[in-house]
Amino acid sequence: MSYRVGQRVRVAARPHDGHHRTPGYVKGKTGRVERAHRSFANPETRAYGRDGLPEQPLYLVAFAYDDVWPGESRHGSDRICVDIFEHWLEETA
Amino acid sequence: MEQAVHDRGGWPADEPIDRSEHELADWELLTDAIVGALGESGAMNVDELRRGIEGMSPAEYEHASYYERWLYSVETILTEKGVLAPGEVDRRLAG
Repeated sequence: MSYRVGQRVRVAARPHDGHHRTPGYVKGKTGRVERAHRSFANPETRAYGRDGLPEQPLYLVAFAYDDVWPGESRHGSDRICVDIFEHWLEETA
Repeated sequence: MEQAVHDRGGWPADEPIDRSEHELADWELLTDAIVGALGESGAMNVDELRRGIEGMSPAEYEHASYYERWLYSVETILTEKGVLAPGEVDRRLAG
């Protein structure tokens, strides 16, 4: 697991044809590692009949609501938490 | 970035999301059981199930219910793997 709980991370905004579990609404957004789960079989290859190995580290990443969908002030300090695989995360200041 | 029809978080909606619970029909329970059995047997996994759903045309996706999408994907993936012959389900239903 390359990232620590509390670390700021950015979700890659790269295009990706084919099955992947990173929702479009967090691509390019910056959040904070809330939990480092563990490694799991990679759905991006498992979806095409392969075994999904090597397993990939998975994190729960929390985003401020306003960072994901700005301009909806009624959500106050709400956060959006999404499970994201490590190969979709980038280090950020 | 162009988002596929299943990747719709944050899209505007014409009306509020219907959060009410509803009774599942027998065919929906059976579909759930079939997908569970296919997973247990190693014939098809949940990532393939999702990939099959994501491969639906936007029009088909929008018109299908939750378990209709599952059935569409099961037929697609099992046909792709040669477990089902093309058109086999339709032929059996007609027969």
